[in-house]
Amino acid sequence: MQTNQNISDSNAVNAAALAATGEVSIRTRDLDLFYGDFQALFGVSVDIKPGIITSLIGPSGCGKTPLLRSFNRINERYGNVTTNGEISILGKNIYDADVSLPELRKSVGMVFQRPNPLPISIYDNIVFGLRAHTPRGELKRGMDLDEVVESALREVQLWEATKNKLKDKATSLTLEQQQKLCIARLLPLKPRIILMDEPCSALDADGIERVEELINELRERFTIVMVTHNMGQAKRASDECIYMYLGKIIEHSSTAELFLNPKEEQTAMYIEGRYG
Amino acid sequence: MDSELHPFSASVFEQRKLFKEKLARSLMLTAALMLIVPVISIIIYLFVKASPVLSISYIVDDPGPLGKSGGIWLPLMGTFYLVLTSLVIVAPIGILAGIYLNEYAPDNWLTRAIGMAVTSLAGVPSIVHALFGVGAFVLTLGLGKSLLAAACTIAVMTIPVIVTATREALAAVPMQFREACWNMGATKWQTIRTIVLPNSVSGILTGVILEVSRAAGETAPILFTGAAASVAVSTATLDRKLVPYDLDDKFMALSYHLHIVAEKISGMPEEMMFGCAAVLIALILTVNSVSIGLRGWLRSRKKW
Repeated sequence: MQTNQNISDSNAVNAAALAATGEVSIRTRDLDLFYGDFQALFGVSVDIKPGIITSLIGPSGCGKTPLLRSFNRINERYGNVTTNGEISILGKNIYDADVSLPELRKSVGMVFQRPNPLPISIYDNIVFGLRAHTPRGELKRGMDLDEVVESALREVQLWEATKNKLKDKATSLTLEQQQKLCIARLLPLKPRIILMDEPCSALDADGIERVEELINELRERFTIVMVTHNMGQAKRASDECIYMYLGKIIEHSSTAELFLNPKEEQTAMYIEGRYG
Repeated sequence: MDSELHPFSASVFEQRKLFKEKLARSLMLTAALMLIVPVISIIIYLFVKASPVLSISYIVDDPGPLGKSGGIWLPLMGTFYLVLTSLVIVAPIGILAGIYLNEYAPDNWLTRAIGMAVTSLAGVPSIVHALFGVGAFVLTLGLGKSLLAAACTIAVMTIPVIVTATREALAAVPMQFREACWNMGATKWQTIRTIVLPNSVSGILTGVILEVSRAAGETAPILFTGAAASVAVSTATLDRKLVPYDLDDKFMALSYHLHIVAEKISGMPEEMMFGCAAVLIALILTVNSVSIGLRGWLRSRKKW
């Protein structure tokens, strides 16, 4: 728990410091993105603030997921992707030649629509990231992996449910527990940003509520960007909203502002459910 | 149509439809059942005909003069070591190539060229592979007619199927596991080593073993590359009994032995031919069932 406390403190300080200086966590400028010949994003310029939850909303095919996936450059693994423009994460242009993708993805984690725990034990799921990023000798010497696992599972309120079956397959958990595990396994890597691609859409109402609570508790220590199709969720769970349509950002403001006083006619029509 | 009319009574057209449905179904069922007839008949026929010679001593004795008496130990060991040597050669290359093609290869002309090469290689008749084996391994590489040359020939012949089996086994591992690993910053190789391979190894291994044992049951690829009608091997000591051949030796093999005793030697006792055929088919069926059993067992241990 000691280490856990330190992680939380340092992250909170980082987030607070960034917020205080008016820093942005994720910043894109004139971002175009193509899958082959198909253009998915058009000149996207956005500043996403640290320590809050930002929702990406908009009808299917509007480019929410491509935008999310470009923040850790994972979209390059999905075939022939080209980008123009700039993406800065924590002040660093991630398209610079000296950026290490494994390090970038360590800092910018992703949670998926369908919970995707690895087909290994709960314990191994949590330490998978550390193992991928730490030389074997170092893991054996200094690090107490049991402690890492306990603190990560405690943070997502999964410890009590799983402490007696850490060696069980992670795929034997309920969907809600799996999704919490997928969040927990990012924590040992001490990420700064967590991207969530419709993190609750595979869950039932109870699961949605509890995972939303969890996301809410994480908000101050991380920059959270969440794609959602659920207007209620965007309203409930996020501090700022970005409305996208056909690969462009139409409107970006605080959640209350966007839902109560949308500036664009299109945004108003979408949140009223007139299309999409 | 004397039956009472009610809202759900079948019209004449409806009755005709039902009849056709039944007819189609029974035709297809018959065709499906016909599949098992040859398998059962072959096995029963072979084992009945071979029953006079089938015994432990037939398995473990060396063949007598011209194969007219004695057992089939040397050909059995020849086929076994042929399979083993081919596996050692082909498994690493085939599996690594399969992994590259499924996990790494970008969609470009080189990948398509390799894919076409694999498909074309799979379509080459085995006798052509045999001649290639003579040219490449026996003569050019100077291996001579030997176990190694024959194993290399089998390896070239089986590699396309092994590459394909590997790719299919890898493709069966859900994409979401790779996504999870990549998004935690794992490299592709870390992902393959820790997640993808452990979950596809059963499929890969069975594919490889099945294909190599099938190929080793063929006569053509070993005909000119190393199989012999008889070999001068002394199996007096136990280690020579268990490993009768060196890599550069000519060897006896079940398929070629069958060809010899059934075709080339007059006055061959009938049960000696059927004995050899029965052992060959028993060997292949055993390998098949063991690898299918292994696959089932490995599969039951993974869950997602």
